[in-house]
Amino acid sequence: MSAPDAYVWRDLTLTQHFICLKGIVWREGLRFVHQRERFVSALVRPLVWLFIFAAGFRQVLGVSIIPPYETYVLYDVYITPGLMAMIQLFNGMQSSLTMVYDRETGGMRTLLVSPFPRWFLLSSKLLAGTFVSILQVYAYLAIAYFWDIEAPPIGYVAIIPALMLSGLMLGALGMLISSLVKQLENFSGVMNFVIFPMFFASSALYPLWRVKESSPLLYYVCELNPFTHATELIRFALYGKVAGSSLVVVLACTVVFLAGAIIAYDPARGFLARRGARAPGA
Amino acid sequence: MTVNDQNPTLALEVQGVSHRYGARLALDAVSLAVAPASFTLLLGLNGAGKSTLFSLITRLYATRVGRISIYGHDIGREPAAALGQLGVVFQSRALDIDISVEQNLVYHAALHGIGRREALVRARAALARVDLADRLHERVAKLSGGQMRRVEIARALLHEPRLLLLDEPTVGLDVNARASILKHVRGLLAEERIGVLWATHLIDEAAPGDDVVILHRGRVLANGPIDAIVAQNGEKDLAGVFAKLAQDPGSDDAGVAQ
Repeated sequence: MSAPDAYVWRDLTLTQHFICLKGIVWREGLRFVHQRERFVSALVRPLVWLFIFAAGFRQVLGVSIIPPYETYVLYDVYITPGLMAMIQLFNGMQSSLTMVYDRETGGMRTLLVSPFPRWFLLSSKLLAGTFVSILQVYAYLAIAYFWDIEAPPIGYVAIIPALMLSGLMLGALGMLISSLVKQLENFSGVMNFVIFPMFFASSALYPLWRVKESSPLLYYVCELNPFTHATELIRFALYGKVAGSSLVVVLACTVVFLAGAIIAYDPARGFLARRGARAPGA
Repeated sequence: MTVNDQNPTLALEVQGVSHRYGARLALDAVSLAVAPASFTLLLGLNGAGKSTLFSLITRLYATRVGRISIYGHDIGREPAAALGQLGVVFQSRALDIDISVEQNLVYHAALHGIGRREALVRARAALARVDLADRLHERVAKLSGGQMRRVEIARALLHEPRLLLLDEPTVGLDVNARASILKHVRGLLAEERIGVLWATHLIDEAAPGDDVVILHRGRVLANGPIDAIVAQNGEKDLAGVFAKLAQDPGSDDAGVAQ
């Protein structure tokens, strides 16, 4: 310091940005490890679908040969990518729930009072959540492997970028929602109005051509659902292929949702300021 | 006004800040200043606007009317430079209770771009300062309320800020814990020349020589050294001044401790 009470601000370096990002990811990982119930429930959910739902429907629903599959596949093989996407959907909503919770405690405020730009902090938080969701997906795949759900070896690597993208998209959606939700209690409504419709009106549980046969309208709804495209992106990647149009949709949705979340958390334009009346002692 | 109007030798400068939530005016032309190495008590009842003011200073909300600067850096225009010098102890808990003190402190250091090795050195020093050096590896959940608060103070000091904000830091603590926290924070003034803004509704947290800002219903009713305020209002002590100024017909002032 030159003078005792004057101070010179040095801009944050790239290395410091990296330290910050690493710290946020590390903390998310720690929290995940220490909240064992969260890990178990994240794993049990898709496994219930796989072991019970898919087993029951196995005989009812045959799935014809549609890309990326080259042979007839069993129903449990078909719904696996959908369940992987579901893990990420729940994870995305869960981390946004954590953000609402953090906002009510001081956790979110300490994050936002960091001198790094807010978009950077939120994106880091998003990456951290995505990282955790990918761990969950691999844990699921490991168990599914023993249930005879095997993908070509390349698939296990190729899904990484796909899961990154779909995780970011669903996480960004969750973050956007978290900025709109006032308090924790309102969150179960979000679960009902976001998670269930997104999951059921998608290609996760049934191929869309089948949906089209029964209801053309529902087919269009499914086609418009970003979750369908997250599922298809993962499905193709699991077989080492790229679902071009889904890739574009997921990318575009990620950008839109993330931009929305950043605007929502921007102090000047955001929704936070308008709901400040709720803060204790405000 | 230009940036040059902001005084770089003031730890915190709040000039004519107003804030509304919809139709309700929560802060009305609030101005105050905190000098380095000074202890300023922001005194107000619940609902006076203290938390709103803190939300503005920490940039949770944008300042729409008026300006706020930290060591001459406008919080809106140069947020990184302003926030980089700011340490905050929020009213609500900011530590993860499931993980250790060390892990919490390393995380918070990272939020200021401080790497792990350096963070551990600083964490040890900061914990020693609040007499918790032996608790580095403890899970936060195992600490008492007063100890958690002290860890929060250590956390807020990791990046060596030169302005420290504390939002009702002694709420819910017993007499001893309160006294200990006050002692630690006052120690910082002398040793580190940190400017402290301490929000409270407890008058007995003031000490001779402190500056006091009395905030009531969003307006600053008194601002200056305790002695001057007491003399101006013709009362015998700060409690008398506060009771006189913050008196609302029909309101319940039971929240004020004497």
